[in-house]
Amino acid sequence: MSELRIANIRKHFGQQEVLKGISFTFEPARVNMIIGPSGCGKTVLLKCIVGLIKPDVGEVYYGPINFHKATSEQRRQILKNLGMLFQSSALFDSMTVGENVAFPMRIFTNSSELEIRDRVAYCLERVGLRGVEDKYPAQLSGGMKRRVGLARAIVLNPKYLFCDEPNSGLDPLTSRRIDELIQQLTEDFHTTTIVVTHDMRSVQILGDKILFLYEGEAIWKGTRQQLKEAPLETFPPQLRAFLQASGLYM
Amino acid sequence: MLTPLIQVLEAVGTYLLLLRRIFTGLLQWRLYYQLWTQEFLIIGRDSIFLVVIIAFFVGAVTTVQTAYQLVSPFIPKSTIGAIVSTSSILELAPTITSLVLAGRIGSNIASQIGSMRVSEQIDALEVMGLNSATYLILPKLLAGLLAFPVLVIYSCVISHLGGIVAGTFTGAVNPTQFGIGARSFFEDFQIVFMLIKAVTFGFIIVTVSAYQGYYVRGGALEVGAASTKAVVISSLLILVADYVLAQLLL
Repeated sequence: MSELRIANIRKHFGQQEVLKGISFTFEPARVNMIIGPSGCGKTVLLKCIVGLIKPDVGEVYYGPINFHKATSEQRRQILKNLGMLFQSSALFDSMTVGENVAFPMRIFTNSSELEIRDRVAYCLERVGLRGVEDKYPAQLSGGMKRRVGLARAIVLNPKYLFCDEPNSGLDPLTSRRIDELIQQLTEDFHTTTIVVTHDMRSVQILGDKILFLYEGEAIWKGTRQQLKEAPLETFPPQLRAFLQASGLYM
Repeated sequence: MLTPLIQVLEAVGTYLLLLRRIFTGLLQWRLYYQLWTQEFLIIGRDSIFLVVIIAFFVGAVTTVQTAYQLVSPFIPKSTIGAIVSTSSILELAPTITSLVLAGRIGSNIASQIGSMRVSEQIDALEVMGLNSATYLILPKLLAGLLAFPVLVIYSCVISHLGGIVAGTFTGAVNPTQFGIGARSFFEDFQIVFMLIKAVTFGFIIVTVSAYQGYYVRGGALEVGAASTKAVVISSLLILVADYVLAQLLL
């Protein structure tokens, strides 16, 4: 498993510095969480890591390869090994669920239609959906869309799985189900999973390794265990306030 | 004072960079061929009815109004056919058809691509390693470049038909006189000119509308605004291009 590492990531939008030199090494084959209050730069950092935004300064390393300086072939290979679940699910409205999940296979592989159909059915089953291949995204609930998004993200057996606010807008029960799915998929597919969230319940379930951002700065790095067991006073004040506001830590 | 000018220059630069991006990064012809045929049906087949209705009435009205103005007994009635035919080929068929299609197709393209942008579908394509500009815009552009000349030819033929029907019903000019007039001033180059206009206007409508949709930021409100802007700017550029082509080629 290639290590995923970011070094000194900085990003400005106009005069505002959104990311202030963030460095972090993600734990391979584990769920890594980027947490923090809204507007702290979590999603921008995630977009820098997957190449949707180019950082002003800093490097993103997938194994030995610097993503933002990679050749187009290296970049293609990295992207082939990368699955992403978007906050809005980002399913293609004009395609059926089956076509959505099959889409990365059609781009990156020369698989036969039979192979694609089998793989799509397998991935949909893995996320707990059956018989929805012919439905359109508009016919699905928010939780089902998120699961289809997960199925599309894992269809190529990715090494890296990115999830941007996977629980936003979902009821607590569905949120829990999505968290469990992410956990299961990470274990079964041995993916290095990076989850961006401000939901502390998810952190309690998923966070093997945690990066806490506040106003574009990496304030705290640690594990779920440390977060649970260490006395609240030992945390930086921003994290302490965030934990207390979540209602899970008093 | 300079801000609007800088904004216009920035928009033109971004538009030109988008055009360059459209033609780079073709991945699999199979994928694009399927999209191209879909787009051709949307732009071409689905517009035929509207084009036929408009062209018929434009031809009919032009005939009636020309007959109304040519009251001198010294002017042969075939002149009506000559004027209607030349006007249809040189101006009415390509320009009126394109202005109507700017509303129908331009708004459709801008809102479709804009919705994909705000719902992160374009980000999803990029994360999968696809050049989203090529994937989304090139099939529409190729379909437009082929469909527009076909629609304009339809429009031209139907407007002649409208002229003949109106001339016959009102007694202004009979089909034989209309035909003699139409042939008397006809030159092959007029057809070439009409097709050059059709291709140019098709290019403007598709690329300007795609640009408006591709760079939209925000939500549904902004998508609606981009759609309106696409129609307005396309229509204005069609009129400017109409004048430039007439000045250069006639």
